[in-house]
Amino acid sequence: MSCQETQALLDGYVDGELDLVRSVEVERHMQDCQACAQVYKNHQALRSAITGGDLYFSPPAHLHKRVRAAARNAHHAETRTRVWPWHGLSTAASLAAVALLVWSLVPMLTGPSAHDRLTRELIAGHVRSLMANHLTDVVSSDQHTVKPWFEGKLDFSPPVIDLTEQGFPLVGARLDYLDNRPVAALVYQRQHHVINLFLWPSPHDAEKGEQTVTQQGYHLLHWANAGLSYWAVSNLNVGELQAFVQRVQQATQNTPGTSTSFRQNPRGASQSGAAREYAREPWGWRSPAG
Amino acid sequence: MHDMQPATLPSVSDQLMHRTFPVMRATRLPEHDKLARFEQAVLPHLAAAYNLARWLTRDEHDAEDVVQDAYVRALTFFDSFHGGDSRAWLLTIVRHTCYTWLQRHRGHELATAFDDELHSGEREASNPETLLLQRANQQLLREALEALPVEYREVVVLRELEGLSYKEIAGVAGLPLGTVMSRLARARKRLQAWLVDRLQREV
Repeated sequence: MSCQETQALLDGYVDGELDLVRSVEVERHMQDCQACAQVYKNHQALRSAITGGDLYFSPPAHLHKRVRAAARNAHHAETRTRVWPWHGLSTAASLAAVALLVWSLVPMLTGPSAHDRLTRELIAGHVRSLMANHLTDVVSSDQHTVKPWFEGKLDFSPPVIDLTEQGFPLVGARLDYLDNRPVAALVYQRQHHVINLFLWPSPHDAEKGEQTVTQQGYHLLHWANAGLSYWAVSNLNVGELQAFVQRVQQATQNTPGTSTSFRQNPRGASQSGAAREYAREPWGWRSPAG
Repeated sequence: MHDMQPATLPSVSDQLMHRTFPVMRATRLPEHDKLARFEQAVLPHLAAAYNLARWLTRDEHDAEDVVQDAYVRALTFFDSFHGGDSRAWLLTIVRHTCYTWLQRHRGHELATAFDDELHSGEREASNPETLLLQRANQQLLREALEALPVEYREVVVLRELEGLSYKEIAGVAGLPLGTVMSRLARARKRLQAWLVDRLQREV
């Protein structure tokens, strides 16, 4: 774990919000790194100053009575208006109910766009996978272990590509829930950075060029191919994440219904012709060859 | 800002129910019961509500007004509270009321965006800083925390003073979990820089 990563996780560590594996990694790094250990000590000093600093504001004695009286008044006003205009204003009341309903629905329509919401969900999914003890459900660097694991768990069969030789080893996979459906999350690693590759079927954008979004220090690369929507999320720099995405695209391009392994590439074929030369194998819907 | 809208829905169904079943209204029991349940669930958290409001408004009288307003709102939305953590539920409403209040009375405070690049340049951590921080007194800590922009102040208050978990803070402040952690990290960095700067000058 690098100093940058350690310090990024340090708040989670101090607050006891990291899973055991990450906590141990942070601790191990701090044993060897004086600079990070010092940052941690400062963190601790600040925390104990704040928590022990008597900063909690206690309410004045009269507030309890005041709040209680206000709540009772409001309650009585509410029940009174309900009893009285019951007959004469029933039409008005139902109109008001409809207006209230519309008014409460409008923010949903004018709220954040579906795209923004999805972006936020993706980042949250990525961060959650690093935070809680839930990076992977199946831990394996072998695509032939990961791929069959999804069977029966999803209504599609995600292409699982091994990119170990390209410097992006496959760590494992897990199920996630995004965009109102269960999705596949493949977990890759680049040095110490984790890349979550989320994918699910999306008939609406069968083919789509690459889009890059950067939010909260995370980069998201999105594209669609052969009816599958892909999102790669990581704090890796954009250049390297793009390189990763290119490798995945090369491996999945023009090969709907197949998964391709770079390992089977016969003695490093040239980049341009490479994609076509890789050995293919069926991965399609419940294929017996699996 | 929109996160509380769905809470109005049950009050609609409530109205419809009272239209359909006038008998229930005649007995007055559920109504009376509602107030009793409300007081039981929410009044014990008055200290938490006041503390949050006091930190967000930075004024004791304004905090009282906001808390009263928040309790009246909470009563209106109480039908949508189906048990669970009543403190977190109340704090969500208090926070919302605070922001509405801040928007109305101190719009400029919300408008001043906090430039992280500018304020929290990377500084080398050093041992004397630890010693300095240990010397910070209550007055100085108050000033430091009040100097934080409101969206950073609230995560520190919820975490350090209220002891909420990241997940609970995410719920109360309507933020993704990752943002809670990054805001806390930035807030602490800035608090530390502010305190060290002041304490160094005092030495």
